[in-house]
Amino acid sequence: MAVSSSRILRSVLREEAFYFFTSIGNYTGQSAASLDEFLQRIKEVNIKSLEFHLYREDFEKWIDQTLGDAKLAEDIKGLRNMKVVGNALRDRLYFLVSRRLKDLKSSVETSK
Amino acid sequence: MKIKGQRVALDDLDWRILRLLQENAKLTYTEIGSKLDVAHSTVYDRIQLMEEHGVIKKYKVVVDLEKAGVQQIMALMTIHTDPKESEHIASRLAEFSEVLEVSSSFSEELVINAKVVAQDQAKLHSFIAQSIAPLPGVLRIRTSIITKKYKEEASQPFL
Repeated sequence: MAVSSSRILRSVLREEAFYFFTSIGNYTGQSAASLDEFLQRIKEVNIKSLEFHLYREDFEKWIDQTLGDAKLAEDIKGLRNMKVVGNALRDRLYFLVSRRLKDLKSSVETSK
Repeated sequence: MKIKGQRVALDDLDWRILRLLQENAKLTYTEIGSKLDVAHSTVYDRIQLMEEHGVIKKYKVVVDLEKAGVQQIMALMTIHTDPKESEHIASRLAEFSEVLEVSSSFSEELVINAKVVAQDQAKLHSFIAQSIAPLPGVLRIRTSIITKKYKEEASQPFL
């Protein structure tokens, strides 16, 4: 069953938030408790953190299993398979998430 | 050993007995007495008193887990915190069975230090990401995985 757009856009509990690390056990101090916050953090976090989490499949897992957005998780998986790194990764990830956010928000608006 | 109210004062013989027990808690009263040139009954009395007054807290076995075939890794965490939350964070850390030691230290800023054990790197990371990073007041964490130990004392020496 498809998860509703408003549910995907919700803020999750502190324990369920995404915590950005640059390597095993090295927490940057930045976290995201919603897709909106996640998009903001993509712009701000150390590029090492994006590479670390993308290739551990952490982004896909959190977006799919915690937020419930299988579509965005699949898009990010595609990005991982393209083996993008550095600022190109930041730009591509930002594009995917912002595009999906726009669609989800517009879907919520039209359902009102 | 002298007892004054709640306080105890150890003499030289007490300290020498403790040093020997710290090295080998399986020594008998007779063996200790022989090493220190005192009667085993004296050693017995001193140890009894130190146990009764909590100077000797317990006797424990130090296991070499590597030799016992247990796979595990140890890491040292430095946790930068909001000063208002540091006491609470240290108390929470002390509750986790994965955390072996917790202390606070101050150089340029107050930080919490913790020694952590886990089965492997993946489990270490999950523990830190799911249990430590979400604690309110945690600002950032630096973790170093211990690759080799050059010295490890099971108990604190008397300086």
